[in-house]
Amino acid sequence: MTSKAARVHAEPAVYVYEVPVRLWHWVNALAITVLAVTGYFIGSPLPSMPGEAIDNFLMGYIRFAHFAAGYVVAIGFLFRIYWAFMGNEHARQIILPPLFSVEWWKGVMHEVRWYLFLTKEPKKYIGHNPLAQLVMYVVFFWGIVFMIVTGFALYGEGTGMGSWQYEMFSAWVIPLFGQSQDVHTWHHLIMWYIIVFVIIHVYVAVREDIMSRQSIISSMISGWRTFKDTRRIEGDEF
Amino acid sequence: MTETFYEVMRRQGISRRSFLKFCSLTAAALGLGPEFAGKIAHAMENKPRIPILWLHGLECTCCSESFIRSAHPLAKDVILSMVSLDYDDTIMAASGHQAEAIVEEIVEKYKGNYIVAVEGNPPLNEDGMYCIIGGKPFVEQLRYATEHCKAIISWGSCASYGCVQAARPNPTQATPVHKVITDKPIIKVPGCPPIAEVMTAVVTYMLTFERMPELDRQGRPKMFYSQRIHDKCYRRPHFDAGQFVESWDDEGARKGYCLYKMGCKGPTTYNACSTIRWNEGTSFPIQAGHGCIGCSEDGFWDKGSWYARLTDINQFGIESNADAMGGGVAAVVGGAVAAHAAVSAVKRAANKGEE
Ligand code: HEM
Ligand code: SF4
Ligand code: SF4
Repeated sequence: MTSKAARVHAEPAVYVYEVPVRLWHWVNALAITVLAVTGYFIGSPLPSMPGEAIDNFLMGYIRFAHFAAGYVVAIGFLFRIYWAFMGNEHARQIILPPLFSVEWWKGVMHEVRWYLFLTKEPKKYIGHNPLAQLVMYVVFFWGIVFMIVTGFALYGEGTGMGSWQYEMFSAWVIPLFGQSQDVHTWHHLIMWYIIVFVIIHVYVAVREDIMSRQSIISSMISGWRTFKDTRRIEGDEF
Repeated sequence: MTETFYEVMRRQGISRRSFLKFCSLTAAALGLGPEFAGKIAHAMENKPRIPILWLHGLECTCCSESFIRSAHPLAKDVILSMVSLDYDDTIMAASGHQAEAIVEEIVEKYKGNYIVAVEGNPPLNEDGMYCIIGGKPFVEQLRYATEHCKAIISWGSCASYGCVQAARPNPTQATPVHKVITDKPIIKVPGCPPIAEVMTAVVTYMLTFERMPELDRQGRPKMFYSQRIHDKCYRRPHFDAGQFVESWDDEGARKGYCLYKMGCKGPTTYNACSTIRWNEGTSFPIQAGHGCIGCSEDGFWDKGSWYARLTDINQFGIESNADAMGGGVAAVVGGAVAAHAAVSAVKRAANKGEE
């Protein structure tokens, strides 16, 4: 684009993901895995347990694990939003993407071309690339908001009228969808939406790690972004 | 001066003793303390009787059938005798023009001080021609009768949500009462039919206290619809244990296991069946070995099979559910990812070669 593009970049590594972001990422990944597995078995339970009812509590444990992981995701999510404001600029990327920036949308288009094999080289970003930001924002952020809201609405049905879960969620979510069964169906469908996101997310992370010009997976562990070449970083003004 | 409730009851041959029994029964049914029996008695002795118009639209009369089988014969006799004094075309003595004149009379005489109970709903298609009462579309009778009423009781799932006649594709455009009459307080008592004791308790409460019982956001009386069948189901320990009926008449069915896998809608249905039960507390569907079909929930006819746990989703023209659909999409995406990875590897190898 500009003459800067040709400038050699000397910086070898940048600290991108702060400790809270990395911690949140892996705790969240684990909790969502637990939620998807237990959620699936809530919808389609395992074969019946032999013996007396009093000696078994399988469905109870599965549901307990689901609700516990649900709380972990919900509390972690609130914390993550707080961190979007308190953390570094990269902490904001998937929660408050610059949706009104033309430059940013151009970046999105460039990444789309990269994935369609229409361009030979991806651009180099310190944080997430714009397409990743967009997908994480639209699919992941709002998908999780949806799961938390509908999840707590279903949870409130068990804790009953008068509980905060019921008053804050069930009381308006259930009439909004029509009835409880519809909330179950949507909660279930959006699980698959998130699973599709996870498939793509993992694939892209692995692929970028191999094919792009920056580290991806190790960055989410160490926090440091390392670069494989010395060319210009997108958005870098120096 | 109009008569009080008590005077009417005495005139109907109900003894003072029976009257007091009725008051304590009602207090108990409503979940009020024993001290409320006296309050109910006092109210009934002093308040002028509030007339009820019981209208019938597009319906099957299952609500009336349920109502006249109330477990407390006293409650039934008392309320029924009062209702039949006014207008209920199924059980009243009068018929034809004579009967229809009663509606007019009550509306004129008790403006703003009578209750309309609606069983069934008005079909709106073809100017309401799919349900004619006394030569006119039912929707007109409904509008006329409710214009000056104090409150409306929507009996059953028909009046509350539309029920079977409003199931897709709803050719007659059957419409629940609250979508036609929007300027009156409405209490919904859903169920197909609602439980008799719930019906008598709701009427008694409204007549004695001259107000609605406490309602939830959807307009249902909290005292009977605040919990799901699942919350009080006696098979619940088997649910928590993970012991299910896997097919009809299997070992689990004989042992009384949970009917979740047979499509029981107890976990998503708000009603009092698992506590009050049916036919004088004899039984209820789950006790008889059949899952709940969710008859007191909005649109329960359109949620797919009554025997499947996951709701059918037919928007895509095939029999499907959340897992079949989501799993299908995930498989396609997985395939696409694999293909993309293969192309990426080839490109990368080619690029390497160039360099
Ligand atoms: C990524 C997040 C989540 C996934 C993938 C997920 C998945 C599922 C699935 C597949 C079901 C079964 C739905 C059905 O009845 O067919 C379910 C049920 C449920 N989920 Fe979640 N869920 C998530 C988050 C949450 C959260 C945050 C909560 C809040 C505590 C929650 C609470 C519930 C409850 C209460 C049920 C109903 C349990 C029952 O019917 O016994 N879920 N979930
Ligand atoms: S039979 Fe139905 S209502 Fe009873 S515990 Fe099982 S799923 Fe719940
Ligand atoms: S158990 Fe379910 S289907 Fe049966 S009457 Fe009660 S609410 Fe209706």
